[in-house]
Amino acid sequence: MSSSTWEIITSSLPQILTAAAKYTIPLTLISFVLGLLLALLTAMVRLSLLRGPFQIVRGIFWGYVWIFRSTPLLVQLFIVFFGLPNLGVQFSPWTAAIITFTLNVGAYSSETIRAAILSIPNGQWEAALTLGMTRRQVLFRIILPQAVRVSLPPLSNSFIGLVKDTSLASSITIVEMFTVGQQISAKTYEPLLLYSLVALVYLVICTVLTVLQGYLEKWTSRYVPTQH
Amino acid sequence: MLKLEHVNKIYGERHALNDVNIAFPEHKTTVIVGPSGSGKSTLLRSLNLLERPENGLYHFDDLTLDFSKSIPEKNILSIRRQTGMVFQSFNLFPHLSVLKNVTEAPIHVLKQSTAAATSTAKDLLAQVGLADKADQFPTALSGGQQQRVAIARALAMKPKYLFFDEPTSALDPELEAGVLRVLLKLAQEHNSMIVVTHNMEFARGVADQIIFLEEGEILYSGDPKTFFTEPTERIHEFLSAMNFMVKA
Repeated sequence: MSSSTWEIITSSLPQILTAAAKYTIPLTLISFVLGLLLALLTAMVRLSLLRGPFQIVRGIFWGYVWIFRSTPLLVQLFIVFFGLPNLGVQFSPWTAAIITFTLNVGAYSSETIRAAILSIPNGQWEAALTLGMTRRQVLFRIILPQAVRVSLPPLSNSFIGLVKDTSLASSITIVEMFTVGQQISAKTYEPLLLYSLVALVYLVICTVLTVLQGYLEKWTSRYVPTQH
Repeated sequence: MLKLEHVNKIYGERHALNDVNIAFPEHKTTVIVGPSGSGKSTLLRSLNLLERPENGLYHFDDLTLDFSKSIPEKNILSIRRQTGMVFQSFNLFPHLSVLKNVTEAPIHVLKQSTAAATSTAKDLLAQVGLADKADQFPTALSGGQQQRVAIARALAMKPKYLFFDEPTSALDPELEAGVLRVLLKLAQEHNSMIVVTHNMEFARGVADQIIFLEEGEILYSGDPKTFFTEPTERIHEFLSAMNFMVKA
């Protein structure tokens, strides 16, 4: 490795890491936490026994999932950031990114959570109901704790996917990791080196998450006999 | 006192319960028998409103419900708090320890203190011979042990009535015995029990009242002695099919 290559690495890596700490990681964490809450609400509404006029609520949530799963994330970002100002709704790039990522990851994760809830045998509901629990108690005390275990691998998929999807925020003027790499590459004429460095940082972040997923899976499966 | 009057439950074309009139006396054991698909489980599950019959009246002490009308949630919860259910497939909560399976409802439904609920639960687990399993997860237990935990879980609510839906059908014979012993003891202690079972020997040993169901209709209800010693032709046929020797 030539000394100039090494120099480029040592001078650009801090900038890339700073962008990760300032944008990529907070964008991912905030959007994922909000997205999970939205996903839980969406799954609960879609599984609810709402009757009569309240069915419209279920329809609204169905429509939300339908739209956000059926259009590209990049297009969603553009509509929220560049499109909505035409209707007089203007967001900062940061807010637009959080809103879009939250809605997007919420739509996908709601299906994961809905499937996980449905995967818990009906006998669990019946046993808890016959003990006098309300439906809400059964859901929160008996069903969801078991659904967490089932939904952990697919939710980790969404989480890791989101880490990488935040690079799309570069297209709405957010100077996150990818944009920083782009800028330095334009100055140094070293695209291979710079984009590889950016990729490496994504790889490290996602590796940490993968290891974390492993621990969480182990912990949430502690009541399941060892399977191979 | 628990009582059904003119209760009908219809699944599509099938009459799962056909004009059922029956009372379940307190401090007695009622055993429900009959061929598969005769409506035994439907009858039992109607008593804690896991099934909702189309019409008929339901009496529980001073409370009367009309199945043809909508039933307020508070009545459903109140009935379920006063009745316990043991299922064929145990349905223990796998993510909770054996002890917490038993304390869950007393703490969160009856609002007992953790200390009080834990102490009661430990007594109950000792009664069903599982004092040493309190801290295990249910999956570490045999089927028979799991079913005894399920019985302790139901008893922890101090229910007025205990319902058993084929409690030993999922068990091997050697595990069945331990569960039947617990049931027999509960019956001897004059608990109010309703048991659906295929085990005729057990039915004869434990029943104060016996009900024979076929196609949703009660063809016999009353004294178990008459049922087993002077059966009608249809009951005789049923008992023979169950390999039960009728001794006249």
